[in-house]
Amino acid sequence: MTARIVLQQADITRALTRISHEILESNRGSTGLVLLGIPTRGVILAHRLGAILDGIEPGAVSLGSLDVTMYRDDLAKNPTRAPSPTSIPSGGIDGKTIVLVDDVLFSGRTIRAALNAINDLGRPRAVRLAALVDRGHRELPIRADFVGKNLPSSLSERINVHLEEIDGIDEVTIEGAE
Amino acid sequence: MRHLLSTKDLSRDEAVAILDIAEDMADVATREVKKLPALRGKTVVNLFFEDSTRTRISFEAAAKRLSADVINFSAKGSSVSKGESLKDTAQTLAAIGADAVVIRHHASGAPNVLAQSGWIDAGIVNAGDGTHEHPTQALLDAFTIRRRLHGSAARGKALDGVRVTIVGDILHSRVARSNVWLLTTLGAEAHLVAPATLVPLGIEGWPVSIGYDLDEAIAAQPDVIMMLRIQSERMHAAFFPTAREYSRQWGLDDERLAKLPGGSLVMHPGPMNRGLEISANAADSPQSTVLEQVANGVSIRMAVLYLLLAGGAS
Repeated sequence: MTARIVLQQADITRALTRISHEILESNRGSTGLVLLGIPTRGVILAHRLGAILDGIEPGAVSLGSLDVTMYRDDLAKNPTRAPSPTSIPSGGIDGKTIVLVDDVLFSGRTIRAALNAINDLGRPRAVRLAALVDRGHRELPIRADFVGKNLPSSLSERINVHLEEIDGIDEVTIEGAE
Repeated sequence: MRHLLSTKDLSRDEAVAILDIAEDMADVATREVKKLPALRGKTVVNLFFEDSTRTRISFEAAAKRLSADVINFSAKGSSVSKGESLKDTAQTLAAIGADAVVIRHHASGAPNVLAQSGWIDAGIVNAGDGTHEHPTQALLDAFTIRRRLHGSAARGKALDGVRVTIVGDILHSRVARSNVWLLTTLGAEAHLVAPATLVPLGIEGWPVSIGYDLDEAIAAQPDVIMMLRIQSERMHAAFFPTAREYSRQWGLDDERLAKLPGGSLVMHPGPMNRGLEISANAADSPQSTVLEQVANGVSIRMAVLYLLLAGGAS
Protein backbone atom coordinates (compact mmCIF):
# COMPACT_ATOMS: atom_id res chain seq x y z
CA MET A 1 0.00 0.00 0.00
CA THR A 2 1.46 3.34 -1.04
CA ALA A 3 -0.06 6.70 -0.26
CA ARG A 4 0.44 9.51 -2.77
CA ILE A 5 -0.21 13.12 -1.76
CA VAL A 6 -2.59 14.83 -4.17
CA LEU A 7 -3.36 18.03 -2.26
CA GLN A 8 -1.15 19.83 0.21
CA GLN A 9 -2.04 22.54 2.69
CA ALA A 10 -1.67 25.42 0.20
CA ASP A 11 -3.76 23.54 -2.41
CA ILE A 12 -6.54 22.94 0.12
CA THR A 13 -6.58 26.61 1.17
CA ARG A 14 -6.64 27.74 -2.47
CA ALA A 15 -9.48 25.35 -3.28
CA LEU A 16 -11.53 26.55 -0.31
CA THR A 17 -10.93 30.19 -1.23
CA ARG A 18 -12.09 29.55 -4.77
CA ILE A 19 -15.17 27.66 -3.53
CA SER A 20 -16.00 30.60 -1.24
CA HIS A 21 -15.98 33.00 -4.17
CA GLU A 22 -18.06 30.61 -6.25
CA ILE A 23 -20.62 30.33 -3.46
CA LEU A 24 -20.89 34.11 -3.24
CA GLU A 25 -21.10 34.43 -7.00
CA SER A 26 -23.86 31.89 -7.42
CA ASN A 27 -25.76 33.21 -4.39
CA ARG A 28 -25.22 36.86 -5.44
CA GLY A 29 -23.80 37.78 -2.05
CA SER A 30 -23.94 36.14 1.31
CA THR A 31 -27.54 36.89 2.30
CA GLY A 32 -29.47 33.91 3.59
CA LEU A 33 -26.50 31.55 3.36
CA VAL A 34 -26.29 28.67 5.83
CA LEU A 35 -23.25 26.37 5.70
CA LEU A 36 -23.98 22.93 7.13
CA GLY A 37 -20.99 20.64 7.58
CA ILE A 38 -21.43 16.87 7.63
CA PRO A 39 -19.45 15.36 10.56
CA THR A 40 -16.68 14.96 11.11
CA ARG A 41 -14.41 16.64 8.56
CA GLY A 42 -17.22 18.39 6.72
CA VAL A 43 -17.85 20.46 9.86
CA ILE A 44 -14.25 21.64 9.93
CA LEU A 45 -14.34 22.50 6.23
CA ALA A 46 -17.60 24.41 6.77
CA HIS A 47 -15.95 26.44 9.52
CA ARG A 48 -12.98 27.23 7.28
CA LEU A 49 -15.27 28.27 4.42
CA GLY A 50 -17.24 30.37 6.91
CA ALA A 51 -14.08 32.16 8.03
CA ILE A 52 -13.06 32.87 4.41
CA LEU A 53 -16.56 34.11 3.51
CA ASP A 54 -16.54 36.32 6.57
CA GLY A 55 -13.32 37.89 5.34
CA ILE A 56 -14.86 38.69 1.95
CA GLU A 57 -18.32 39.77 3.09
CA PRO A 58 -18.42 40.14 6.87
CA GLY A 59 -21.40 39.05 8.88
CA ALA A 60 -24.11 37.29 7.01
CA VAL A 61 -23.07 33.60 6.90
CA SER A 62 -24.32 31.22 9.58
CA LEU A 63 -22.70 27.89 10.35
CA GLY A 64 -24.00 24.57 11.61
CA SER A 65 -23.46 20.85 11.48
CA LEU A 66 -25.81 18.17 10.21
CA ASP A 67 -25.46 14.59 11.41
CA VAL A 68 -26.88 12.07 8.96
CA THR A 69 -26.27 8.82 10.90
CA MET A 70 -29.96 8.21 11.62
CA TYR A 71 -30.83 8.66 7.95
CA ARG A 72 -28.24 6.33 6.43
CA ASP A 73 -29.47 3.44 4.29
CA ASP A 74 -26.68 1.14 5.49
CA LEU A 75 -27.41 1.40 9.25
CA ALA A 76 -28.48 -2.22 9.51
CA LYS A 77 -25.52 -3.48 7.45
CA ASN A 78 -22.79 -2.09 9.72
CA PRO A 79 -21.99 -2.19 13.43
CA THR A 80 -23.83 0.49 15.38
CA ARG A 81 -22.43 3.96 14.73
CA ALA A 82 -22.50 6.63 17.39
CA PRO A 83 -24.23 9.73 16.06
CA SER A 84 -22.61 13.18 16.19
CA PRO A 85 -24.32 16.37 17.30
CA THR A 86 -26.48 18.31 14.86
CA SER A 87 -26.53 22.04 15.39
CA ILE A 88 -28.74 24.33 13.37
CA PRO A 89 -28.15 28.12 13.51
CA SER A 90 -30.69 29.92 15.67
CA GLY A 91 -32.35 31.50 12.63
CA GLY A 92 -33.43 28.06 11.40
CA ILE A 93 -33.22 26.97 7.77
CA ASP A 94 -36.64 27.94 6.42
CA GLY A 95 -36.23 30.06 3.30
CA LYS A 96 -32.44 29.97 3.52
CA THR A 97 -29.91 28.73 0.99
CA ILE A 98 -28.10 25.77 2.50
CA VAL A 99 -24.66 24.76 1.34
CA LEU A 100 -23.88 21.22 2.48
CA VAL A 101 -20.16 20.72 3.02
CA ASP A 102 -18.44 17.34 2.98
CA ASP A 103 -14.87 16.20 2.51
CA VAL A 104 -15.25 13.48 -0.11
CA LEU A 105 -18.13 12.97 -2.53
CA PHE A 106 -18.30 9.30 -3.46
CA SER A 107 -21.45 7.18 -3.86
CA GLY A 108 -23.75 10.11 -3.05
CA ARG A 109 -25.53 8.13 -0.33
CA THR A 110 -24.40 10.41 2.49
CA ILE A 111 -25.81 13.37 0.61
CA ARG A 112 -29.07 11.51 0.04
CA ALA A 113 -29.26 10.97 3.81
CA ALA A 114 -28.45 14.64 4.41
CA LEU A 115 -31.27 15.74 2.09
CA ASN A 116 -33.70 13.58 4.06
CA ALA A 117 -32.42 15.00 7.34
CA ILE A 118 -32.91 18.56 6.04
CA ASN A 119 -36.46 17.61 5.11
CA ASP A 120 -37.22 16.96 8.79
CA LEU A 121 -35.69 20.26 9.90
CA GLY A 122 -37.50 22.70 7.68
CA ARG A 123 -37.90 23.97 4.12
CA PRO A 124 -34.85 25.79 2.75
CA ARG A 125 -35.11 27.88 -0.42
CA ALA A 126 -32.36 25.85 -2.04
CA VAL A 127 -29.76 23.23 -1.12
CA ARG A 128 -26.29 23.29 -2.71
CA LEU A 129 -23.39 20.91 -2.25
CA ALA A 130 -19.70 21.69 -1.75
CA ALA A 131 -17.10 18.91 -1.57
CA LEU A 132 -13.34 19.15 -1.20
CA VAL A 133 -12.81 16.06 -3.35
CA ASP A 134 -15.08 14.44 -5.91
CA ARG A 135 -13.82 10.93 -6.58
CA GLY A 136 -16.64 9.76 -8.84
CA HIS A 137 -18.45 6.37 -8.67
CA ARG A 138 -21.85 7.88 -7.97
CA GLU A 139 -24.65 5.42 -7.15
CA LEU A 140 -27.37 8.06 -7.04
CA PRO A 141 -28.29 11.00 -9.31
CA ILE A 142 -26.43 13.58 -7.19
CA ARG A 143 -23.72 16.04 -8.20
CA ALA A 144 -21.75 18.74 -6.40
CA ASP A 145 -22.19 22.46 -7.14
CA PHE A 146 -18.74 23.37 -5.80
CA VAL A 147 -15.78 20.99 -6.04
CA GLY A 148 -12.27 21.50 -4.68
CA LYS A 149 -10.67 18.85 -6.87
CA ASN A 150 -11.98 16.17 -9.19
CA LEU A 151 -10.02 13.05 -8.46
CA PRO A 152 -10.79 10.19 -10.84
CA SER A 153 -10.07 7.04 -8.86
CA SER A 154 -10.55 3.31 -9.06
CA LEU A 155 -12.84 1.57 -6.58
CA SER A 156 -9.91 -0.27 -5.03
CA GLU A 157 -8.20 2.99 -4.11
CA ARG A 158 -8.73 4.90 -0.87
CA ILE A 159 -8.93 8.67 -0.60
CA ASN A 160 -7.86 10.07 2.78
CA VAL A 161 -8.57 13.64 3.76
CA HIS A 162 -6.48 14.80 6.71
CA LEU A 163 -7.22 18.13 8.35
CA GLU A 164 -5.03 19.88 10.86
CA GLU A 165 -7.74 20.24 13.53
CA ILE A 166 -8.13 16.45 13.83
CA ASP A 167 -5.16 14.83 12.13
CA GLY A 168 -2.45 17.42 12.78
CA ILE A 169 -1.75 17.94 9.08
CA ASP A 170 -3.56 19.31 6.05
CA GLU A 171 -3.36 16.90 3.10
CA VAL A 172 -5.31 14.66 0.77
CA THR A 173 -3.75 11.35 -0.13
CA ILE A 174 -4.69 8.52 -2.43
CA GLU A 175 -3.83 4.99 -1.42
CA GLY A 176 -3.56 2.42 -4.16
CA ALA A 177 -3.90 -1.33 -3.90
CA GLU A 178 -1.13 -2.13 -6.33
CA MET B 1 -25.02 -3.97 22.70
CA ARG B 2 -27.15 -7.10 22.54
CA HIS B 3 -29.35 -6.68 25.66
CA LEU B 4 -29.67 -4.19 28.52
CA LEU B 5 -30.36 -6.22 31.64
CA SER B 6 -28.38 -4.55 34.40
CA THR B 7 -26.29 -1.43 34.93
CA LYS B 8 -23.66 -3.76 36.40
CA ASP B 9 -22.89 -4.94 32.86
CA LEU B 10 -22.02 -1.42 31.65
CA SER B 11 -18.44 -0.20 31.54
CA ARG B 12 -17.73 3.47 32.17
CA ASP B 13 -17.13 4.15 28.48
CA GLU B 14 -20.31 2.36 27.46
CA ALA B 15 -22.36 4.29 30.01
CA VAL B 16 -20.93 7.65 28.91
CA ALA B 17 -21.56 6.68 25.27
CA ILE B 18 -25.24 5.99 26.04
CA LEU B 19 -25.56 9.37 27.78
CA ASP B 20 -23.89 11.11 24.81
CA ILE B 21 -26.21 9.48 22.29
CA ALA B 22 -29.13 10.50 24.51
CA GLU B 23 -27.94 14.13 24.16
CA ASP B 24 -28.36 13.83 20.39
CA MET B 25 -31.75 12.19 20.86
CA ALA B 26 -32.83 15.03 23.16
CA ASP B 27 -32.18 17.50 20.34
CA VAL B 28 -34.79 15.70 18.25
CA ALA B 29 -37.49 16.63 20.77
CA THR B 30 -36.89 20.32 20.03
CA ARG B 31 -37.38 19.93 16.28
CA GLU B 32 -40.45 20.45 14.17
CA VAL B 33 -40.54 16.82 13.02
CA LYS B 34 -39.83 14.81 16.17
CA LYS B 35 -38.96 11.62 14.35
CA LEU B 36 -35.89 9.84 13.05
CA PRO B 37 -36.01 7.01 10.50
CA ALA B 38 -33.28 4.91 12.15
CA LEU B 39 -35.46 1.96 13.26
CA ARG B 40 -37.90 1.84 10.35
CA GLY B 41 -39.26 -1.66 9.90
CA LYS B 42 -38.21 -2.87 13.37
CA THR B 43 -40.79 -4.10 15.86
CA VAL B 44 -40.54 -3.32 19.57
CA VAL B 45 -42.81 -5.17 21.99
CA ASN B 46 -43.57 -3.62 25.37
CA LEU B 47 -44.18 -6.67 27.54
CA PHE B 48 -45.55 -5.40 30.85
CA PHE B 49 -46.49 -7.89 33.56
CA GLU B 50 -46.67 -5.11 36.12
CA ASP B 51 -48.47 -1.77 36.14
CA SER B 52 -46.59 1.24 34.83
CA THR B 53 -47.43 4.67 33.49
CA ARG B 54 -44.28 6.56 32.70
CA THR B 55 -41.94 3.71 31.80
CA ARG B 56 -44.32 2.18 29.28
CA ILE B 57 -45.33 5.50 27.73
CA SER B 58 -41.70 6.55 27.67
CA PHE B 59 -40.56 3.40 25.85
CA GLU B 60 -43.48 3.72 23.45
CA ALA B 61 -42.63 7.36 22.67
CA ALA B 62 -38.94 6.47 22.28
CA ALA B 63 -39.62 3.62 19.85
CA LYS B 64 -42.07 5.72 17.83
CA ARG B 65 -39.66 8.66 17.57
CA LEU B 66 -37.19 6.25 16.00
CA SER B 67 -39.91 5.05 13.58
CA ALA B 68 -40.14 1.51 15.01
CA ASP B 69 -43.49 -0.28 15.19
CA VAL B 70 -44.69 -0.73 18.75
CA ILE B 71 -46.84 -3.52 20.16
CA ASN B 72 -48.05 -2.99 23.70
CA PHE B 73 -48.78 -6.00 25.80
CA SER B 74 -49.99 -5.90 29.36
CA ALA B 75 -50.58 -9.04 31.36
CA LYS B 76 -54.03 -7.88 32.38
CA GLY B 77 -56.51 -8.88 29.71
CA SER B 78 -54.06 -11.21 27.94
CA SER B 79 -53.66 -14.98 27.92
CA VAL B 80 -51.32 -14.64 30.90
CA SER B 81 -54.42 -14.39 33.07
CA LYS B 82 -55.43 -17.76 31.56
CA GLY B 83 -52.17 -19.22 32.86
CA GLU B 84 -49.86 -18.88 29.86
CA SER B 85 -46.20 -19.27 30.83
CA LEU B 86 -43.41 -16.77 30.10
CA LYS B 87 -41.96 -19.30 27.67
CA ASP B 88 -45.11 -19.53 25.59
CA THR B 89 -45.57 -15.77 25.63
CA ALA B 90 -41.97 -15.29 24.50
CA GLN B 91 -42.31 -17.82 21.70
CA THR B 92 -45.49 -16.13 20.53
CA LEU B 93 -43.65 -12.81 20.35
CA ALA B 94 -40.81 -14.51 18.44
CA ALA B 95 -43.33 -15.89 15.95
CA ILE B 96 -44.78 -12.41 15.47
CA GLY B 97 -41.26 -11.19 14.63
CA ALA B 98 -40.31 -8.92 17.52
CA ASP B 99 -36.85 -7.34 17.15
CA ALA B 100 -36.72 -6.08 20.73
CA VAL B 101 -38.69 -6.89 23.86
CA VAL B 102 -38.99 -4.36 26.64
CA ILE B 103 -40.00 -6.36 29.68
CA ARG B 104 -41.25 -5.41 33.11
CA HIS B 105 -41.93 -8.33 35.41
CA HIS B 106 -42.68 -8.79 39.11
CA ALA B 107 -40.11 -11.59 39.34
CA SER B 108 -36.47 -10.56 39.73
CA GLY B 109 -34.43 -12.07 36.90
CA ALA B 110 -37.27 -12.56 34.39
CA PRO B 111 -35.46 -10.47 31.72
CA ASN B 112 -32.27 -12.54 32.20
CA VAL B 113 -34.30 -15.72 31.70
CA LEU B 114 -35.72 -14.31 28.49
CA ALA B 115 -32.28 -13.24 27.27
CA GLN B 116 -30.59 -16.59 27.98
CA SER B 117 -33.35 -19.08 27.28
CA GLY B 118 -33.18 -19.13 23.49
CA TRP B 119 -36.97 -18.88 23.33
CA ILE B 120 -36.71 -15.66 21.43
CA ASP B 121 -33.92 -14.10 19.37
CA ALA B 122 -34.65 -10.45 20.17
CA GLY B 123 -32.82 -7.78 22.10
CA ILE B 124 -34.11 -7.67 25.66
CA VAL B 125 -34.42 -4.44 27.65
CA ASN B 126 -35.08 -4.71 31.36
CA ALA B 127 -37.76 -2.16 32.26
CA GLY B 128 -37.86 -3.20 35.90
CA ASP B 129 -37.81 -6.72 37.33
CA GLY B 130 -39.04 -7.31 40.88
CA THR B 131 -36.62 -5.83 43.36
CA HIS B 132 -33.63 -6.44 41.11
CA GLU B 133 -32.88 -3.69 38.56
CA HIS B 134 -34.30 -0.86 36.46
CA PRO B 135 -31.35 0.15 34.29
CA THR B 136 -32.98 2.78 32.07
CA GLN B 137 -34.17 4.65 35.16
CA ALA B 138 -30.62 4.80 36.51
CA LEU B 139 -29.35 5.97 33.11
CA LEU B 140 -31.93 8.74 32.90
CA ASP B 141 -31.12 9.81 36.47
CA ALA B 142 -27.43 10.02 35.60
CA PHE B 143 -28.33 11.91 32.42
CA THR B 144 -30.47 14.37 34.41
CA ILE B 145 -27.70 14.98 36.96
CA ARG B 146 -25.11 15.45 34.22
CA ARG B 147 -27.29 17.90 32.30
CA ARG B 148 -28.03 20.00 35.41
CA LEU B 149 -24.37 20.09 36.40
CA HIS B 150 -22.76 20.69 33.01
CA GLY B 151 -25.52 22.04 30.74
CA SER B 152 -24.64 22.04 27.06
CA ALA B 153 -21.03 21.04 27.81
CA ALA B 154 -22.13 17.68 29.23
CA ARG B 155 -20.96 15.48 26.34
CA GLY B 156 -18.20 13.04 27.17
CA LYS B 157 -18.32 13.73 30.90
CA ALA B 158 -18.98 11.24 33.72
CA LEU B 159 -20.11 12.06 37.26
CA ASP B 160 -16.78 12.04 39.08
CA GLY B 161 -16.99 13.25 42.67
CA VAL B 162 -20.75 13.94 42.63
CA ARG B 163 -22.25 13.00 46.02
CA VAL B 164 -25.66 11.37 45.73
CA THR B 165 -27.81 10.52 48.74
CA ILE B 166 -30.54 7.95 48.13
CA VAL B 167 -33.29 7.93 50.76
CA GLY B 168 -36.06 5.51 51.61
CA ASP B 169 -37.17 2.01 50.72
CA ILE B 170 -33.82 0.58 49.62
CA LEU B 171 -34.96 -2.97 50.38
CA HIS B 172 -37.62 -3.10 47.66
CA SER B 173 -36.08 -0.59 45.28
CA ARG B 174 -34.73 -1.74 41.92
CA VAL B 175 -34.14 1.93 41.13
CA ALA B 176 -31.72 2.20 44.07
CA ARG B 177 -29.82 -0.91 43.00
CA SER B 178 -29.41 0.15 39.38
CA ASN B 179 -28.42 3.65 40.51
CA VAL B 180 -25.81 2.41 42.97
CA TRP B 181 -24.02 0.34 40.31
CA LEU B 182 -24.20 3.02 37.63
CA LEU B 183 -23.25 5.95 39.88
CA THR B 184 -20.23 3.99 41.11
CA THR B 185 -19.22 3.14 37.54
CA LEU B 186 -19.46 6.82 36.62
CA GLY B 187 -17.31 7.88 39.56
CA ALA B 188 -20.02 9.33 41.83
CA GLU B 189 -20.32 8.54 45.54
CA ALA B 190 -23.57 6.97 46.70
CA HIS B 191 -24.80 7.33 50.27
CA LEU B 192 -27.92 5.46 51.38
CA VAL B 193 -30.30 6.59 54.12
CA ALA B 194 -33.14 4.36 55.29
CA PRO B 195 -34.87 2.91 58.33
CA ALA B 196 -32.87 -0.13 59.46
CA THR B 197 -35.83 -2.37 58.52
CA LEU B 198 -35.66 -1.21 54.88
CA VAL B 199 -31.94 -1.89 54.38
CA PRO B 200 -31.36 -5.14 52.47
CA LEU B 201 -29.22 -8.00 53.78
CA GLY B 202 -25.75 -8.14 52.28
CA ILE B 203 -25.49 -4.38 51.83
CA GLU B 204 -21.94 -4.56 53.22
CA GLY B 205 -20.91 -5.74 49.76
CA TRP B 206 -22.32 -2.65 48.02
CA PRO B 207 -19.97 0.22 47.10
CA VAL B 208 -21.88 2.68 49.32
CA SER B 209 -21.93 4.27 52.76
CA ILE B 210 -25.04 3.82 54.89
CA GLY B 211 -26.77 6.10 57.38
CA TYR B 212 -30.02 5.99 59.26
CA ASP B 213 -30.58 9.70 59.94
CA LEU B 214 -31.83 11.96 57.16
CA ASP B 215 -30.99 15.21 59.00
CA GLU B 216 -27.37 14.11 59.32
CA ALA B 217 -27.27 13.28 55.61
CA ILE B 218 -28.70 16.69 54.69
CA ALA B 219 -26.21 18.44 57.00
CA ALA B 220 -23.45 16.80 54.94
CA GLN B 221 -24.71 18.89 51.96
CA PRO B 222 -25.12 16.29 49.19
CA ASP B 223 -25.11 17.41 45.54
CA VAL B 224 -28.14 15.26 44.82
CA ILE B 225 -30.85 13.84 47.06
CA MET B 226 -32.94 11.07 45.54
CA MET B 227 -36.17 10.16 47.33
CA LEU B 228 -37.54 6.66 46.73
CA ARG B 229 -41.19 5.71 46.69
CA ILE B 230 -42.58 3.73 49.61
CA GLN B 231 -43.70 0.60 47.75
CA SER B 232 -46.74 -0.44 49.76
CA GLU B 233 -47.62 -3.08 47.13
CA ARG B 234 -44.43 -4.99 47.98
CA MET B 235 -44.63 -4.49 51.76
CA HIS B 236 -46.07 -7.55 53.35
CA ALA B 237 -44.72 -6.85 56.84
CA ALA B 238 -44.59 -3.90 59.23
CA PHE B 239 -41.37 -2.10 58.27
CA PHE B 240 -42.22 1.12 60.11
CA PRO B 241 -44.96 1.96 62.66
CA THR B 242 -47.06 4.45 60.70
CA ALA B 243 -46.87 6.49 57.53
CA ARG B 244 -46.79 9.66 59.58
CA GLU B 245 -43.81 8.49 61.57
CA TYR B 246 -41.97 7.51 58.39
CA SER B 247 -42.70 10.90 56.90
CA ARG B 248 -41.44 12.71 60.01
CA GLN B 249 -38.16 10.75 60.15
CA TRP B 250 -37.32 10.01 56.51
CA GLY B 251 -39.55 12.26 54.41
CA LEU B 252 -38.21 15.34 52.58
CA ASP B 253 -40.48 17.94 54.18
CA ASP B 254 -40.36 21.74 53.86
CA GLU B 255 -38.04 22.18 56.81
CA ARG B 256 -35.47 19.73 55.42
CA LEU B 257 -35.82 21.24 51.94
CA ALA B 258 -34.85 24.64 53.40
CA LYS B 259 -31.70 23.11 54.92
CA LEU B 260 -30.52 21.64 51.60
CA PRO B 261 -27.87 23.69 49.78
CA GLY B 262 -29.44 25.84 47.04
CA GLY B 263 -27.68 24.01 44.22
CA SER B 264 -28.64 20.47 45.28
CA LEU B 265 -30.98 18.52 43.08
CA VAL B 266 -34.11 16.84 44.42
CA MET B 267 -34.92 13.71 42.43
CA HIS B 268 -37.74 11.17 42.54
CA PRO B 269 -38.27 8.31 40.08
CA GLY B 270 -42.07 8.61 40.36
CA PRO B 271 -44.85 7.94 41.01
CA MET B 272 -44.62 10.18 44.08
CA ASN B 273 -46.53 9.74 47.31
CA ARG B 274 -46.83 13.46 48.05
CA GLY B 275 -46.84 14.10 51.78
CA LEU B 276 -45.21 10.73 52.55
CA GLU B 277 -41.64 10.54 51.25
CA ILE B 278 -41.67 13.99 49.65
CA SER B 279 -43.65 17.16 50.41
CA ALA B 280 -45.56 18.99 47.68
CA ASN B 281 -43.24 22.01 48.04
CA ALA B 282 -40.15 19.86 47.61
CA ALA B 283 -41.64 18.08 44.59
CA ASP B 284 -42.55 21.37 42.89
CA SER B 285 -39.47 23.39 43.89
CA PRO B 286 -37.01 24.65 41.25
CA GLN B 287 -34.49 22.16 42.66
CA SER B 288 -36.79 19.28 41.78
CA THR B 289 -35.99 17.42 38.54
CA VAL B 290 -39.04 15.15 38.56
CA LEU B 291 -40.46 16.31 35.21
CA GLU B 292 -37.03 16.62 33.61
CA GLN B 293 -36.46 13.00 34.58
CA VAL B 294 -39.58 12.01 32.64
CA ALA B 295 -38.57 14.03 29.57
CA ASN B 296 -35.00 12.71 29.72
CA GLY B 297 -36.37 9.17 30.03
CA VAL B 298 -37.53 9.30 26.41
CA SER B 299 -34.07 10.41 25.19
CA ILE B 300 -32.31 7.68 27.18
CA ARG B 301 -34.67 4.98 25.93
CA MET B 302 -34.21 6.18 22.35
CA ALA B 303 -30.45 5.84 22.82
CA VAL B 304 -30.81 2.33 24.27
CA LEU B 305 -33.18 1.12 21.53
CA TYR B 306 -30.91 2.67 18.91
CA LEU B 307 -27.87 0.85 20.28
CA LEU B 308 -29.76 -2.43 20.53
CA LEU B 309 -31.46 -2.37 17.16
CA ALA B 310 -29.81 -0.08 14.61
CA GLY B 311 -26.56 -1.90 13.91
CA GLY B 312 -26.17 -5.11 11.95
CA ALA B 313 -23.66 -7.92 12.38
CA SER B 314 -20.19 -6.57 13.02
